[in-house]
Amino acid sequence: MSPTATLTEARTSLLLMGDEAVAQGAIDAGLSAAYAYPGTPSTEAFDYLLAHAGADGIVASWCANEKTAYEQALGVSMVGRRALVVMKHVGLNVAADPFINSAIVSIHGGLVVAVADDPGMHSSQNEQDTRFYADFARVICLEPADQQEAYDMTREAFELSERFGIPVVVRLVTRLAHSRASVDIRPPRPQKPLDKTADPNSWILLPANARKLWRQLLDTQVELEGYTENSAYNPVSYSPSSHSPNSRNNPSPLENNALGVITTGIARGYYRENLPELESRPPHLHVGAYPLPVGKIRALASRCDALLVIEEGYPFLERRLRGILPTPIEIRGKESLHLPLDGELSPDLVRAALGLPTRPRLEAARESLPARPPQLCRGCPHMDSFDALRQALNGYECSIVSADIGCYTLGALPPYQAIESCVCMGASIGMAKGAADAGLHPVVSVIGDSTFLHSGVTPLMDAIAADTDMTLLILDNGTVGMTGGQETILRSSQLEPLILGLGVAPEHCHVLEAHPRKVDALAAALRQELEHRGLSVVIAVRECIEHARMRTSAARKERRAAS
Amino acid sequence: MKLDIVLAGVGGQGVVSLGVVIAATAQRRGLTVNLSEVHGMAQRGGSVMATLRIADGPIHGALIPAGSADFVVSTEPLEALRHLDLLSPAGTLVTASEPHVNLPNYPDPKELLERIRALPNAVVVDGMRLAREAGGVKAANLVLVGALSDFLPLDPEDIEDYIRERFAKKGADIVEMNLRAFRAGRESACPTAA
Repeated sequence: MSPTATLTEARTSLLLMGDEAVAQGAIDAGLSAAYAYPGTPSTEAFDYLLAHAGADGIVASWCANEKTAYEQALGVSMVGRRALVVMKHVGLNVAADPFINSAIVSIHGGLVVAVADDPGMHSSQNEQDTRFYADFARVICLEPADQQEAYDMTREAFELSERFGIPVVVRLVTRLAHSRASVDIRPPRPQKPLDKTADPNSWILLPANARKLWRQLLDTQVELEGYTENSAYNPVSYSPSSHSPNSRNNPSPLENNALGVITTGIARGYYRENLPELESRPPHLHVGAYPLPVGKIRALASRCDALLVIEEGYPFLERRLRGILPTPIEIRGKESLHLPLDGELSPDLVRAALGLPTRPRLEAARESLPARPPQLCRGCPHMDSFDALRQALNGYECSIVSADIGCYTLGALPPYQAIESCVCMGASIGMAKGAADAGLHPVVSVIGDSTFLHSGVTPLMDAIAADTDMTLLILDNGTVGMTGGQETILRSSQLEPLILGLGVAPEHCHVLEAHPRKVDALAAALRQELEHRGLSVVIAVRECIEHARMRTSAARKERRAAS
Repeated sequence: MKLDIVLAGVGGQGVVSLGVVIAATAQRRGLTVNLSEVHGMAQRGGSVMATLRIADGPIHGALIPAGSADFVVSTEPLEALRHLDLLSPAGTLVTASEPHVNLPNYPDPKELLERIRALPNAVVVDGMRLAREAGGVKAANLVLVGALSDFLPLDPEDIEDYIRERFAKKGADIVEMNLRAFRAGRESACPTAA
């Protein structure tokens, strides 16, 4: 749990993470229900909601995955109340089906989807940019530049959602999601009354309805563009000396105002950080609300010889500017390599793109020092499972261990080097089936309990239907460990009945303890099932060491409070 | 006034809590603050880095430009050196001396400390020993807050008030331990200040 609670004050100014500002904004917007699956860097929004929502009678539920979360929010909207869905960027891939289609129905109660992107891949497998999804679905995306905007935009997002009948995306990035700053909050508005949609046809996407609704959404685009063209979140500033249409004669692009700057989201901060050192203030458009304010962009471009586009994430705006045919003015950005195409932006990268010299600094010692990668906690049950797995696989000429997303992905690093793949939630099971179908033996899929419940059950059905020659090893630590110990959607004790209910043969389904003293027994069970030429499941159970610590510490606190 | 502080250490050492104590005290004084952290993969056992920015005007985001941090504060020596390129040549490195060895190729700690002491401005505190004397190694990050406090535009009384509030729920013993650790750190970094 974040330490924020201890930072809150009686004043209406709170020190909040970007994630928490979104949650507080949603609460103050009259939120009725919120749904999420944990995922860095989005998790703290929901942790905050869980800690603060109860008193206001807001439903806040962790869900099996982002798709089920999104669909529950849709139900809330259909009956006229406001709902929030929170996820990390790759979670929107999972929720893409309901998300894209929800743009076509007529959203009734405000529906806001807060998505936290992870440029730089601090804790993710890619750095996809959610703005493309919002554009794809043809809905509004708000991109806060700071924590205050995260709060304000989330509140406004609910209004926009109801005004235009669309879901609205709030896009965060790691540095905003995970940094705390002061946020002024405004009085909350009450929840909306239950008010089921009066037009059920606008929620039934039969082709005949969907064609009409899609046409409506396309017609609404003009209104969305009208909104972003006039939005205060897309401000333009022309300093008095900045209009200089004849500035081509001046050699320095920074002095002659020939350069215009467009920033989006948190990139504005990196630009402002360097602004005092620029000799003159370039004309500047900041974009915080999409679809793009094309009128403002054209007006800015008409007064510049070149545009520098600074955006965190993919070159979304920049690519729209470039198109395919030559542009009348020079465009600088990621595609011109003035800024890197991958990784996170920084004040220093933006500084270089602005043509400013490097600041004097001490020699970077980073390269000469040994890296300290993250590692499994001392006493982690996954260590015992990896020891057992290695023992069981010993002697096979060629085996494959597909794995999944969670703390156990660290099993890829020394000293374990026990797993061979990590692609997306649940992929280990389908990939194992594919490898077995292709003829490899033995094949093991390693997946955590929460990841299994998120996206592992459906591929397991495929393997059951084919009685695939593979062994599924479920590492059941009773929690969502990687993101800080959230509750799993089903308890450990419910895993075995679920798996047997799906149709796994009871004689090939084992529940064993993952314990340093029981590694041999776990290895023997695995070995036996590797030799069984059909589907088998081994569940290795022991509570996450960190979760156990948190649980006893919470119990101690409770006892102290009671005494 | 603008103060940029890089906080470094190993996941689980309380690097972020260290920042929270300073950030919250600064915010109460009416200063603008921004405290960043990165969660997830780096959570346990790996290098962690947080940034704390304090100003009497607007702050433009969480990241500190290279060569401009006023302080690098680290819970142990290897991590202290990792972020030197962020430190301003006029800035100060404050670090606890006890190495946190959880990797096979950890450099010679003596050499690390020599490199640190060779910097223009370095403060090395025996955080673990002082924390132990204060009542527990869990308070080691409060020793660092104390060591840094004399450089900050904050009243040590305000920091102590915040420590009292923050740890109140954990009982009077924990509050006292943390206060002792804070004062020991403050005294060790600047004997005349305490």
